[in-house]
Amino acid sequence: MTETSKTGISRRNVLKGGAAAAAGAAIGSGVITGFPTIWAQNPITLRQFGTGVSNLNAIAEKCKEDLGITLEMTATDSDAAAQRAVTQPDSYDIADIEYWILKKVFPTGVIQPMDTSKLTYYDKIVPLFKTGKLLPDSVIAQGTAPHTVGFVEAPGDKTFAKGETGWFTMVPTIYNADTLGIRPDLVGREISTWADIMDPAFKGKTAIINVPSIGIMDAAMIMEAMGNITYGDKGNMTTAEIDATIDFLIKAKQDGQFRAFWKSFDESVNLMSSGEVVIQSMWSPAVAAVRSKGIACKYQPLKEGYRSWGGGLGLAAHLQGAQLDAAYEYINWYTSGWVGGYLNRQGYYSAAMDTAKEHMSADEWGYWIEGKAATGDILAPDGTVMEKAGAIRDGGSFEERMGKVACWNSVMDEDRYMVRRWNEFIAA
Amino acid sequence: MNNLLARATPYIQATPLLVILGFFLAVPILLLLVVSFWDYDFAGMYPGFFTFNYAETLTSWVTWRTYGNTLKFAALVWAITAFVGFWVAYFLAFHVRSATTQMILFLVCTVPFLTSNIIRMISWIPVLGRNGLINSGLVGADIVDQPVEWLLYSDFAVVLAMVHLYTLFMVTPIFNTMMRIDKSLVEAARDAGAKDWQIIWNVILPLAKPGIAIGSIFVVTLVMADFSTVQVMSGGQSASVALMMRNQMSLLQYPAAAANAIVLLVLVLFMVAGILRIVDIRKEL
Repeated sequence: MTETSKTGISRRNVLKGGAAAAAGAAIGSGVITGFPTIWAQNPITLRQFGTGVSNLNAIAEKCKEDLGITLEMTATDSDAAAQRAVTQPDSYDIADIEYWILKKVFPTGVIQPMDTSKLTYYDKIVPLFKTGKLLPDSVIAQGTAPHTVGFVEAPGDKTFAKGETGWFTMVPTIYNADTLGIRPDLVGREISTWADIMDPAFKGKTAIINVPSIGIMDAAMIMEAMGNITYGDKGNMTTAEIDATIDFLIKAKQDGQFRAFWKSFDESVNLMSSGEVVIQSMWSPAVAAVRSKGIACKYQPLKEGYRSWGGGLGLAAHLQGAQLDAAYEYINWYTSGWVGGYLNRQGYYSAAMDTAKEHMSADEWGYWIEGKAATGDILAPDGTVMEKAGAIRDGGSFEERMGKVACWNSVMDEDRYMVRRWNEFIAA
Repeated sequence: MNNLLARATPYIQATPLLVILGFFLAVPILLLLVVSFWDYDFAGMYPGFFTFNYAETLTSWVTWRTYGNTLKFAALVWAITAFVGFWVAYFLAFHVRSATTQMILFLVCTVPFLTSNIIRMISWIPVLGRNGLINSGLVGADIVDQPVEWLLYSDFAVVLAMVHLYTLFMVTPIFNTMMRIDKSLVEAARDAGAKDWQIIWNVILPLAKPGIAIGSIFVVTLVMADFSTVQVMSGGQSASVALMMRNQMSLLQYPAAAANAIVLLVLVLFMVAGILRIVDIRKEL
């Protein structure tokens, strides 16, 4: 009985493998334009879980349409994602996680690196993810910069390679540069540095995010901008640096500098739109949400640079055979342009800009990526008007924004200590 | 045989309750207790017997301060809800004559409860905010120059929202107890020459004690375990014990949260025991 079922499974695997090989050959040869629908006849499901930003239904639908691959998406918050990635490696095929999570997760051996020769658009991937430099003369940012966890020397390695190799740990999906949001109508002056959030003029009218790992970075940007301290690495502080940062925050809190600490997206939107705060930590979709209510809100570029974040798709270690081929095909489709255009239009950035460009109108490309004034109305994916003609994106072009990243979201060695001190700040 | 059955009957009758309480109450608490001694990191929990979750919790000034803060909220909210609850129940039970009107008015009290807790809490924000209803009124009427800041995102806002949310938990049991008070006792007191306040103080208040005690248990346990009201109404500026636990849970520090939960459970049990010691609910019902 056991024998039979085993044979059955293996024969099916062989068949699937064959089909995948055929599909692969078809793509490779370039005979077929578009994507083969072969998966529709031999249905393959990929289970993707992740932090939610890129878990978009539109992508799953389009993937089904183009590839015939069914994507089952599950979204969790980032800490739960890290845990699940490690503790339930068989529960997913594709991990859609941020780079700092990858740094925690990869050494446990649950993600297999990708062979770059199988990635059709590897050459098109933005160099930021390969060398850490967007432009040849860019300065490499602090924190968990994606290229530092982007490669391994060989499959099975648990430590990251120093430079670019043929084994890519994750294909980047979505990334962006965060800064402070302001109410230009209420601040009453030019905002140019992170230190401005501590200006006594804004006493009781500021807020920062109450998610320790991100909040501490915003605080670090503020501290450094005020000239209080120079960190060795903002993304990996020593206990003394953590103490200095938290003590500073506690003092500011007791002096009444903050109006609130927000935890969720909607809280940040409400604080801003009600005028309770005029300058605060913010995410770009929240700025868009405030603006969509007809209230002026600006994602203010600051001279010290941005705090950046990024995520990617990683392959589960258990993937093999037809499933592995399907996963590669999915990732190649992901970087082939449609998804990139979709993400760019939401104000995020996609990994392969050249392919995305083909799926955006010249006006959209000009507004979102080149920092030019929109010539017509800029529409959201659902067709509503996001920005009127003439609008210019805050912070300007892709290169101006992503070229000025000061620090990436990261995980510190002293993480536990930091969280404990952060809780003291909130309780103080 | 018959004798055996007769002796077993009460146990058989108690079995369903025992199973339910055991499965849904005793076992989870036991698990919580076990987990509170485990080790953890970001990826998981590791069975063992470590006391550092308790040591970290009990030796940190944050914990003490947070408990102090939570107890302060509990005391304030309890005092206000008990005062308001008593008079609302008194009015319903002794001033409203017809039973129909009583029930209608009582139902009116429950109307706000047809909406969710969160909505009732959040609806204070546009009222209390810097550009909210009250502040625009005050500034518009030239009563103050600057909007009053402490109305929202302050301890005041937290207590206000909690009183709003929990007063009915006080009204209901007190109303219930007052309805059981024999009206002839009040008449007898009046015939004996007691004034109104003497009747309330010497007759009604003592007899309403079990209701007040039950309401107090509700209010105290609800306030002690609250995290959403504190988070939303203080704008994250104030800490409560449950909020501290929630922070730990969202960072997957489950054993630390479990240890915190056990400490809170013990404290709340002591508080309930204290209330029950002052008022014997069963004797006076």
